[in-house]
Amino acid sequence: MGAGTPSPAVRDGLQSAVKRVRVLLLSSLTLLAIAVAPLARADEFASLLSDLANGGFADKEKAVIALGRLGDERAVAVLTALKDGRLIKTPDGRILVSDAVRLTDPISSTAVSGITADEAERIRVNNRLRGAIEGAIGELTLFSSDPAARLAAAQDALRHPSADQPALLEKAIAAEQDAAIRAAMQQSLLASRLVAGSKAEKLAAVRALGDKTDPQIKNLLDQFRAAPDTDGELRQAADAALASIQNRLRLVRLAASLFEGVSLGSVLLLAAIGLAITFGVMGVINMAHGEMIMLGAYAAYVCQQLFRAFLPPGWIDGYLLLAVPVAFMFTAAVGILLERSVIRFLYGRPLETLLATWGVSLILQQAVRSIFGSPNREVANPAWMTGGFDPVGGFTITWNRLTIIVFCLIVLGVLALILNRTSFGLHMRAVTQNRAMASVMGIRSARIDALTFGLGSGIAGMAGVALSQIGNVSPNLGTIYIVDSFLVVVFGGVGNLMGTLVGALSLGIVNKFLEPVAGAILGKIVVLVAIILFIQRRPRGLFALKGRTAEAEA
Amino acid sequence: MRKTAWSPGFWACFFGCGLILAIAIPAFNLLVPPNSPAALPDYLVPLLGKYLCYALLALSLDLIWGYAGILSLGQGAFFALGGYCVGMYLMRQIGARGVYGNPLLPDFMVFLNWQQLPWFWWGFDHFAWAAAMVVLVPGLLALVFGWLAFRSRVTGVYLSIITQAMTYALMLAFFRNDMGFGGNNGMTDYKDLLGWDVHQPSTRLGLYLASVVALGLGYLLCRFITASKLGRVLLALRDAESRVRFLGYSVTNAKLFVFTISAILAGIAGALYVPQVGIINPSEFSPGNSIEVAIWVSVGGRGTLSGAVVGAILVNAAKTWLTGAAPETWLFVLGALFVLTTLVFPHGMVGLLRRARWIRPRAPAPVPAGEQA
Amino acid sequence: MKAPVTTDALLYLNGVTVSFDGFKALDELSLIVEEGELRTIIGPNGAGKTTMMDVVTGKTRPDAGEALFRGFADLTRLDEPEIANLGIGRKFQRPTVFENLTVFENLELSLADSRATWATLFARLTPDHHDRIAATLARIGLTALSDLPAGALSHGQKQWLEIGMLLIHDRTLLLLDEPVAGMTDSETEETAELILDLAKDRTIVVVEHDMAFVRSLGARVTVLHEGSVLAEGSIDHVQNHPRVIEVYLGR
Repeated sequence: MGAGTPSPAVRDGLQSAVKRVRVLLLSSLTLLAIAVAPLARADEFASLLSDLANGGFADKEKAVIALGRLGDERAVAVLTALKDGRLIKTPDGRILVSDAVRLTDPISSTAVSGITADEAERIRVNNRLRGAIEGAIGELTLFSSDPAARLAAAQDALRHPSADQPALLEKAIAAEQDAAIRAAMQQSLLASRLVAGSKAEKLAAVRALGDKTDPQIKNLLDQFRAAPDTDGELRQAADAALASIQNRLRLVRLAASLFEGVSLGSVLLLAAIGLAITFGVMGVINMAHGEMIMLGAYAAYVCQQLFRAFLPPGWIDGYLLLAVPVAFMFTAAVGILLERSVIRFLYGRPLETLLATWGVSLILQQAVRSIFGSPNREVANPAWMTGGFDPVGGFTITWNRLTIIVFCLIVLGVLALILNRTSFGLHMRAVTQNRAMASVMGIRSARIDALTFGLGSGIAGMAGVALSQIGNVSPNLGTIYIVDSFLVVVFGGVGNLMGTLVGALSLGIVNKFLEPVAGAILGKIVVLVAIILFIQRRPRGLFALKGRTAEAEA
Repeated sequence: MRKTAWSPGFWACFFGCGLILAIAIPAFNLLVPPNSPAALPDYLVPLLGKYLCYALLALSLDLIWGYAGILSLGQGAFFALGGYCVGMYLMRQIGARGVYGNPLLPDFMVFLNWQQLPWFWWGFDHFAWAAAMVVLVPGLLALVFGWLAFRSRVTGVYLSIITQAMTYALMLAFFRNDMGFGGNNGMTDYKDLLGWDVHQPSTRLGLYLASVVALGLGYLLCRFITASKLGRVLLALRDAESRVRFLGYSVTNAKLFVFTISAILAGIAGALYVPQVGIINPSEFSPGNSIEVAIWVSVGGRGTLSGAVVGAILVNAAKTWLTGAAPETWLFVLGALFVLTTLVFPHGMVGLLRRARWIRPRAPAPVPAGEQA
Repeated sequence: MKAPVTTDALLYLNGVTVSFDGFKALDELSLIVEEGELRTIIGPNGAGKTTMMDVVTGKTRPDAGEALFRGFADLTRLDEPEIANLGIGRKFQRPTVFENLTVFENLELSLADSRATWATLFARLTPDHHDRIAATLARIGLTALSDLPAGALSHGQKQWLEIGMLLIHDRTLLLLDEPVAGMTDSETEETAELILDLAKDRTIVVVEHDMAFVRSLGARVTVLHEGSVLAEGSIDHVQNHPRVIEVYLGR
């Protein structure tokens, strides 16, 4: 601007030029900011951090609020540390997060060595600041881009309801897109109203909370009811809400027991269906039935290992789809071999069949032990069978259990179709009812025997695949199920698929309902004794065939 | 006919075997110098005693399975119950010499924080009480269980299945720590029996001789029953149960009688077994053990008392040898024995010998083809 | 409780009904057999003859009706051994002897003697028992075969042995289910003679298909059809009965 004072026109021109430059600069800065936002924000994060450490309480509060708005995930650790008094300033001015084991630089998230917390100065907070910190943390997490973090924050708010939450939660609810998270937030909002709301709000919150099933809410209401500042009306409302929660919890527990019972029942049923064919229809008492289940489980294991070894990693979830038919074919083949080589010589001699097949079961166990070794083998659930969902709150239905229940019903249905709607089923029933007559009519009874036994064994193999999904696979797998399977078939009534279904489900459910009362093992003992007594009262089981044919079998 | 049951030939055989077991074996143990090849080392005495207990157990199963067609898969449970009764007595004899030095409670109860002795342990300080329980506990269980089962005419494989379920339930129960029977560790570390140290070779020889006597008496009892008219009723009901009813015999009572006797014999076998092996634990209840007894009987020849004894000793000797020499093959061999004896040698070794000597089989029947009503 | 029935009849069946899954094997069957009588019962397959015997011997419990023996013993409440010990003996349709026991032992088990389990454990054969077994063996013609397992006998010999087992125990009432099934003509004749001989001092009910045999017994005939009595009387009477002809020929 040379020497002397500039003219006003020049001054105006200059000013507008500066303005223009400023606009230009600003817009380019904005562009720059968009391009290098993390960098810019990192700088902001660092400068806010330094404000936290060096300013007065008012500056700190501003910095805290700014950190909350920044949306930087690293701020959560810093704010939590600040609140707990674990944020420290070193003599050389660095700001570090200290925890029980190490010091961490919050900017780079790396551990810092060569300095101890004792040499550093703790950054202090007052109550007002503490409130601001909590708000900021809630804001950071409730508005996080990660849905899991938002859900966790919403649930966390339920555990520690505080006075400044309602406003924040309301804002979060308005912004939330995900219905499940919004529900969790609303629940937390109600809980926070219990702490901070007006009497009318408290009353509304108590009533609304009565519809929930979360045990956490029950605890909260218990505390609320016991609090000294809760008046009579509120207490009454709380009592009503508690009673309704109690009721619902009882129902949930009932539903949970029922699901567990059906789940156990479906496992028993899967283990027993094959036996319902070989023992129920053919009258062959096959003590190696458990080992057929075990072989099926190992077939699943082998399929999994083959997929792991030879197929791209993305295919691994498909191994189960291959394992089911493979297990069926393999165990059916073993079953047919067993029938042709041993069992067919023992028809009509059930006790001898029992002993011979027990011998076969020992051989199969030892063979598997020799090939695969005695330790348990792990068969992983495919991704689509892991995890579960919570239908009403309070208990989880896992996908693997649910899949087994559905699978079991499909197997039973297909089997009923085979027995009642196919010519093989017709021949099978004909042979088992009157062998001589069936032979006269041209049915090759030996072939039918082998196929029937193969069918029963194959189903046991599929049961093995299912069992591999909920437990360990070991050579002893079959021995766990053999006693139970026989009891299910005898209890349900021999030769009656419907009886087997009802028998398995009722045993499963009774077992699970007894467990909370008597404990797992005692419950099982009680069930065993009850079945023994039942069989002695009704030797032919739940759904007994009656009449002359039934008596002739005796 | 039955006059031959107590013939001089039988007594000669009986006492011949008895002399070998009761005199010759102790003599080889005591009189032959230990370095001589003919000497019977001390460690073999309880092993032989164990085989004799198994033989008595096999005899008990043969009485009901071979003669009355009842394949009980609960013999192992009666055996274990008898064993537990003696185990409890032996635990009480330890007194304050246990690891915890508690004079009132066995070690495992101290470990589990029990404050006082449960009522069902009362009386087990006395040998006479324990001995009475060895007979009463398995006997009463068999009486009640058998009464329920036989009265409702549970037969054949159904009976096998529910006896197996009973065994399984007992196993689960004895595995529980709060049952007061030592949980899955069972009872061990015995010190003395009637004042004699159970680890002393002389005590072990005494126990061995007691096993010889028990087996001999058990054999005579079984022979008396099977040679009596009741024995013929049992054979008859094995083959045609309802026909026996129409003749006026109570099938329920006949079965109940032998089932109870058989359970008592199994209990006595277990009682003699425990001090010789030094431990009793719930795995003795495992269903597999009970089924294995059936194979001892089958290998020897079911329906012949001597077959049961011979089968039990041979199979167990083979087991001892094979589990030492080639452990992984034992289950293959045992499994094959199950299959072969049922398929190829239904009359077992005694049947083979009889056929070789062309003696008409008397008691071992052609396998009953199930009753036709 | 039902009103007490007074009857002099040895066997008194009144309104006995047995059904299996809806099928009525016996439909209000009423039958009276007097002491000392020889009665033959005929009827087509499924008429309920075997079920009637099952009810009398305690094998099957009727759904309704009364079954009295000697006017006081309620057969619907007793089990098989108890009924057998009242003096009711039964011979099955198929010969059921104890195949693994000898002929002698089969007869020994049938001797009139205590049936209690404890008693059988200590039972000894008296000379009288031996005499009676020997006499029965002679009567059924199996003396030479007395030490043979019964399973080794021919079909006819098994039938005879079974009859011998009924003979040796002095039963009051004998129920014979098709005693001549599978016998040769001469064996059938001998059996008819034996039954007539037996009938002199006991009550016998014979179920039979063989009309020639029924005629040779010359006894009162009861015709069963669909679980109840269709006709009763002499053989000529029932053979000319129009309903009987219809049932037998109309099928």
